[in-house]
Amino acid sequence: MTQSIVVQVGQCGNQIGCRFWDLALREHAAVNKAFMMKPLSSFFRNVDCRFDDPVDIPLDTGKGKVKALKARAVLVDMEEGVVSEMMKGPLKEVFDLQQHITDVSGSGNNWAVGNKMYGPQYRDQLSDIIRRAAEFCDCLQCFFIIHSMGGGDVLGFLVCEYSYYRFVTALYPSAEDDVITSPYNSILAMRELTEHADCVLPVENQASEIFALVDIVNKISEAVPSGKTGKRTYTSAHSSDVKARSSILTSEGGVTKQKDMRPFDSMNNIVANLLLNMTSSARFEGSLNVDLNEITMNLVPFPRLHYLVASQTPLYALADVHLPPRRLDQMFTDAFSRDYQLIKADPRHSLYLACALMVRGSVELSDIRRNIDRLKDQLHFIHWNKEGWKTGLCAVPPVGQPYSLLTLANNTCVTNTFTELRHRFQKLFKRKAHLHHYLHVDGMDMDEFTLSLESLDSIVAEYDGLQQQMGMPPPSHPRLKIVT
Amino acid sequence: MSIITLQLGQCGNQVGGQLFSFIMDDLHASVSSLNIPPKANGEYIHETQKTFFSEQKKSPVPAARAVMVDMETKAVSQTLAEAKRSGRWIYPEKKQLLQKRGSGNNWAHGFCINGPAVRDDILEMVQGEVEKCDRLGGFLSLLSLAGGTGSGVGAFVTEILREEFPYAFMMNQVVWPYQTGEIIVQNYNAVLTLSNLYQTADAIMVMENDELHKICTQLLGIKKISFRDINKVLSHKLASFLLPAQTKEFPLGRELGWKLQHLAPHPDHKLLTIRNIPQMSERALEFSTYQWAGLLKHLRQMLIADAPMEEGIDWQVKVEETPRGTARHNRSLAASLILRGKDSYSADPGIFRDQSLFTPWMSPDMAFNVATQPRSFSGYEKSAVLVSNSRSAIRPLDQILEKAWNMFASRAYVHQYIQRGLSEEDFLDAFVMLEQVVASYKKL
Repeated sequence: MTQSIVVQVGQCGNQIGCRFWDLALREHAAVNKAFMMKPLSSFFRNVDCRFDDPVDIPLDTGKGKVKALKARAVLVDMEEGVVSEMMKGPLKEVFDLQQHITDVSGSGNNWAVGNKMYGPQYRDQLSDIIRRAAEFCDCLQCFFIIHSMGGGDVLGFLVCEYSYYRFVTALYPSAEDDVITSPYNSILAMRELTEHADCVLPVENQASEIFALVDIVNKISEAVPSGKTGKRTYTSAHSSDVKARSSILTSEGGVTKQKDMRPFDSMNNIVANLLLNMTSSARFEGSLNVDLNEITMNLVPFPRLHYLVASQTPLYALADVHLPPRRLDQMFTDAFSRDYQLIKADPRHSLYLACALMVRGSVELSDIRRNIDRLKDQLHFIHWNKEGWKTGLCAVPPVGQPYSLLTLANNTCVTNTFTELRHRFQKLFKRKAHLHHYLHVDGMDMDEFTLSLESLDSIVAEYDGLQQQMGMPPPSHPRLKIVT
Repeated sequence: MSIITLQLGQCGNQVGGQLFSFIMDDLHASVSSLNIPPKANGEYIHETQKTFFSEQKKSPVPAARAVMVDMETKAVSQTLAEAKRSGRWIYPEKKQLLQKRGSGNNWAHGFCINGPAVRDDILEMVQGEVEKCDRLGGFLSLLSLAGGTGSGVGAFVTEILREEFPYAFMMNQVVWPYQTGEIIVQNYNAVLTLSNLYQTADAIMVMENDELHKICTQLLGIKKISFRDINKVLSHKLASFLLPAQTKEFPLGRELGWKLQHLAPHPDHKLLTIRNIPQMSERALEFSTYQWAGLLKHLRQMLIADAPMEEGIDWQVKVEETPRGTARHNRSLAASLILRGKDSYSADPGIFRDQSLFTPWMSPDMAFNVATQPRSFSGYEKSAVLVSNSRSAIRPLDQILEKAWNMFASRAYVHQYIQRGLSEEDFLDAFVMLEQVVASYKKL
């Protein structure tokens, strides 16, 4: 069993991380109660807390009792607020006190401060902390880095010393963002992502359709007291209880109480679930396992084009007993509609380079095959990868749902987000607005801006070049001839 | 004679587990339904157990002669647990080679990194199994062409076994991935694996997931198909070829090595395909009877029309004597027919002794042989299996080459292989090698 380390950076990254650990605990609690099983070890350490520096209890056969869990997490924030709140909150026991870095003043929404000033200052300390986390791992698989692109603390420190896979979940700011300089920050940070990350999962801060769904769910949960009314298809009160609070958006069953939920939490829950579903196949049993490195292997045909569009269904599963339950095939159809994408984009009308279907729960191989056959005519794949499907089957469903689907696609529609971002960047950059805040930081100069812009443009150009091949007859490459 | 099985990767381990339990179920079938006297049944059981299982000192049930290799633990531990639960057989202890980090669908990672890292351990385990055998009949490797571990480590293991046991017979049973949908880089992986295996293995048995899937839906009437069902069909096919059957001169049956030498008489032609008749669900079985003549007639048409199963055969295809490379029907280089069940001695396989079925430079007497086994197999009163070295094997190969070449032309995904130590020349060599194979099969 391999282990992964989650590095959560900045306010946004830490809030998502907080939701992630909460839901991860809930998921494992649903699978098993007291034993330290192998799947649990991929994100948690089982430690003996009687020591000041807790030591790991060997895993052995997976039959040992859970003593105290410590998350394999590294918390980084240049303000104290969020991290110290977490340390006081219900999840405080889970975090290792020696694995966070905070400062008092914050980066003030300024990438240059985060990258050029705090970066070098904390580099060694961060490197030590990550090494410490890595040394607790039996077999380190990858790093998950969660952060927002808009704020200041972004990727000031991307650790390049490890040759493991680096997955990055990045929150892209949308037009209604509250930080004026966020286009600058995003574009500067994107250059680092393009060069150093193995795989980036962009999530738009307010992919509006999803938010509409959030509203739906909220209304449903208000209107229908769970498990009391409606035509019940389930038999026991207990099972309906579980199902009613199964929605992917709520976190009931987790440690955090419903009333403590903050407004961003439902969005953060989606991101947290994305990570859980993505790693489920590597953690639990299934007839078609998908390791994390398989994701990059299959979905990244060219090294720089590693931005994946994700979508998840069902979003509100069985929260509502009045709605007829979504059928299995509907779940597959939904996953390709624009309403369910985590960024504002429409993959149906763009070109697919590759697509992965990660299925959890009671779904058989033939169900997947049937749906691929059904959907493949509606989607455009690049000519050299007409059968660019990767499938994963994990036997353990998400908590309270019979099945779920996560799709990860390398699709040219991701450029919409980039061009929109570029547009907003240009608006500011043309007038040199706010630039002086950046330039007065040591080591920062105009070149950084122009280089980052070039890097973004080259990515967009690469994707556009592929997009233009859509609908064109494939160029023929004559096969090798055997001389007889 | 004993056969040592190597289970490589997730697919190989799942198939292996099914194969052994299929054989064990067959051995434990009640004597009354088998159509042979108990004494003959005892001999059959003894022979089969000696081939695939070894006696254990510590446990009352025999252990499979198998070495399990995988770069992650889940598939193997599942297979081990299932074997133990059956109560009829187990896997030998300490013959499982496991690592923690998989090969991530990357052939180069399996072949260049994971393989060499475990080389000595694998050889030691295989050596241990070999020493348990009175006489080694050969190796059977089970692997999928698509994944990283099965294909990459599998190709590497076959290579080192060839080095270490230069005279042992080696049959590789490869599972051809679905045309769509399992792994995106499967075409690259398949091309690299096959070009490697072609240089080391004696014969390569090809099973296509798409065809097995069709058998499950159309013949066995399974609604929701899982990998378990597919592997069961696969095990059925493989076992029907491997389990003992006798000829006039050899009452105990020919050995694996002889069978392989017969089926793969030329180094350019190593791909075997397997056809079974009849195949049906248990419920339909009760209401069906067959005559040998009818079964053989269907089987022959399946061969020449290149049909993977008895449903939907094209009866328009006729054999005709044409010069090399121009035959429209599926022409073979060699074929083995095994008849199992009631009155199998009396069946007349004369319709297969036809020059036009085979390439002009092989006479039917050399190219074709028959073995029989009166014991009924897997619940079928009469059943026949035909293993042939024929043109039908290159149909999927041709498709995969086409797709991989297309992808290679735009150099997609190649960087991931180069990072792990392959070069573009390695790819080109593999393409050349397999184009050669396709060309020589087309010339049959």
